[in-house]
Amino acid sequence: MEKEVNNFQFVEKPEVVEIDADILIIGGGMSGCGTAFEAARWANPKGLKVVMFDKAAIDRSGSVAMGLSAINTYIGENDIKDYVKYVRSDLMGIIREDLVWDLGRIVDDSVHLFEEWGLPIWKKGDDGFSLDGFQARDAGKPLLKDGGVPVRSGKWQIMINGESYKAIVAEAAKRALETNRVATGMDQNLYERTFTTRLLLDANEPNRVAGAIAFSVRENKVYVAKANTVLIGTGGAVNVFRPRSVGEGIGRTWFGVWNAGSGYAMGTQAGAELTLMENRFVPMRFKDGYGPVGAWFLFFKAKATNALGEDYCVTHADEIKEMYAPYDDPMGTALRNHAAMLDMKAGKGPIYMHTDVAMQELAKTMDPKRIKHLEAEAWEDFLDMSISQAGLWAANDVEPDKVKSEIMPSEPYLLGSHAGCAGFWVSGPGDIPGTPAEWSWGYNRMSTVNGLFMAGDNVGASGHKFSSGSHAEGRVAGKSMVAWCLDHPDYKPAVKESIDELVAEMYAPLELYAKYHEYTTAPHRVDVNPHYIGPRMLQFRLMKIMDEYVGGVSTWYTTSKTMLDEGLKKLAVLKEDAQRMAAKDLHELLRCWENYHRIWAAEAHARHIYFREETRYPGYYYRGDFLKINDAEWKCFNNSKYDPATGEWVNFKKDYVQLVD
Amino acid sequence: MPSFVIREKCDGCKGQDKTACMYICPNDLMLLDKEIMKAYNQEPEQCWECYNCVKICPQQAIEVRTYADFAPLGASTIPMRGTDAIMWTIKFRNGVIKRFKFPIRLVPEGSVDPYAGKPEPNYDDIKKPGLFTQTADQVLIK
Repeated sequence: MEKEVNNFQFVEKPEVVEIDADILIIGGGMSGCGTAFEAARWANPKGLKVVMFDKAAIDRSGSVAMGLSAINTYIGENDIKDYVKYVRSDLMGIIREDLVWDLGRIVDDSVHLFEEWGLPIWKKGDDGFSLDGFQARDAGKPLLKDGGVPVRSGKWQIMINGESYKAIVAEAAKRALETNRVATGMDQNLYERTFTTRLLLDANEPNRVAGAIAFSVRENKVYVAKANTVLIGTGGAVNVFRPRSVGEGIGRTWFGVWNAGSGYAMGTQAGAELTLMENRFVPMRFKDGYGPVGAWFLFFKAKATNALGEDYCVTHADEIKEMYAPYDDPMGTALRNHAAMLDMKAGKGPIYMHTDVAMQELAKTMDPKRIKHLEAEAWEDFLDMSISQAGLWAANDVEPDKVKSEIMPSEPYLLGSHAGCAGFWVSGPGDIPGTPAEWSWGYNRMSTVNGLFMAGDNVGASGHKFSSGSHAEGRVAGKSMVAWCLDHPDYKPAVKESIDELVAEMYAPLELYAKYHEYTTAPHRVDVNPHYIGPRMLQFRLMKIMDEYVGGVSTWYTTSKTMLDEGLKKLAVLKEDAQRMAAKDLHELLRCWENYHRIWAAEAHARHIYFREETRYPGYYYRGDFLKINDAEWKCFNNSKYDPATGEWVNFKKDYVQLVD
Repeated sequence: MPSFVIREKCDGCKGQDKTACMYICPNDLMLLDKEIMKAYNQEPEQCWECYNCVKICPQQAIEVRTYADFAPLGASTIPMRGTDAIMWTIKFRNGVIKRFKFPIRLVPEGSVDPYAGKPEPNYDDIKKPGLFTQTADQVLIK
């Protein structure tokens, strides 16, 4: 369909507010809060302005908005080498070891800060049992930084009372931003309910970021932030694939449902190089509620089996070795999914987590008071981070010490901070011997676009950062961004694009709706109108394409060259139709642009799977036409670049280099 | 479930322009109906059940009915969030009730002073790995 130019005939032009920043942070989740905390400290004495945009309220924004029951990356008494090996093994052999090592040596510092700021962390009692935050304090247990012993649920994980985790981290970030306002005389530097749609490129210097453009979700206002340097600290991409629940439960995604892949979209459109975007995460979780299983496996020592009571990782061990050795030893998250799915396909499902057996075993060693504490610990695991799962257990009369529960592989998610590694190719720390020189270009965590930095979900090839690692990585980027500003003191952003045109594009969905909605008899529904597509159907169309052609749940995560050829064609048409998305209000405008970002993230994912002619992540996705892992040709990074000038998108290989034996 | 607002209890945050639930919802779901001055969840299928609206509501007017496309009716999960702890009351479909109390923070809200007692940044180190709080050299792979 023909593209319509928005000349504001039907809706009022928004007020355009220009913001003059040095450091612009997009996204106020764990990464962005880390960046604000670190950057303000370095920026304040130099008078550099730090500004943050968040589409929600930072007290409760990002993937940690609900809370968490554990911090999954705390090195503590362990060797950083083992951390790198664990991340490499779980991500099937290909990671940027310089980035992972760098994270391993700083992450604990953020955890120590969280504890100082008031996050309750479980401690080991003198009798070996766990103490919650109150009990540990009352027993005079020291802080982690002073030698306190955390309760490990796994080698890298520590248990917390994390209901207010994000609120606590946000409070520190807000205070940091406040100090920067005082230091620079700015009136405002935290813009909440402000959704960023595009990065701005510099008019004079090629391949250089100059700021970003965003709109208020609350009033008719557009913000044009010009900045020396920009951080993309947004979340991964959720509901890009059709989820298993397609009714009301479409919102009960495992990762935050609001993660729209905005960072992937905006960075790609600005020309930043992507890496391992073929990677995805398919968490095996409690069915439908997606409650966490980590503590059940690692802390409560529960076992998962098929319906016949067989351990699928054992019964399929030989078969998996034959297909995927040496990646079966140790068997990582992807291959454990693969084993479970072999049984599901063979009719041996459902897959069960035997919570009842585990709890009864543990109770054998405990007095009634401790058993009660154990029960509370089990429920807290859900109530801190996946309350729906507690609600679902209550709705089904499930008491975990009496009844087992079903677990199930979910729909695919794209992310770079949790157990996945999709994201951008960034500069490393540069000080680690053996690292190829071209892996570092002066500013740690800077993308291939000058001045554009990445953190958390947006840094590729380095998963298993989780909440603490995302905060720490945001800090690394924040420090580098100040260094960038100090090295480029005379930079004056000159925006390449026309601001008028960008504002018109941003508000086009409102204009289109206003222009055409009276064409039909349904004035308050945007769904059925030949002139436009509403955000909801736009998302359904994307999810259906991805599910059916790019390896979603309906094909047991399987795709192929021929399927992808068709899927990519359909995505191209969808992108074209996105020029006719329509919004009846600012809330729908938010949904339109979120879904536009989802389409870009989805396309990157499809293109990367297309290029990698092997099945690197069995259990997450399968290339039906290349079912094996092919180390001879594909033990390498798969990178890609979209050229904003020509619209061309190319994939290419980059060598993998092992740094840790 | 998606969150829902109990008509009798919601007071629209006493006629302010934005309600507490509108302020906090990470997914921009809560909306004030200005005709009746009561809030509602405008897009329940985008609700993550994060309970932030439930926890923040000064009238305890918001609850959650777990996703109807997979959860049986009749249960409820209700929090009462205080200054340093949260209390949960879980009612099963069969009537069983469980209550739990968990710590939420050990330092009072509003008292975080992020740079107190921390080292000043040393600009000689700004290009080196590590953070302003870390004054020792960063370790290398051995």
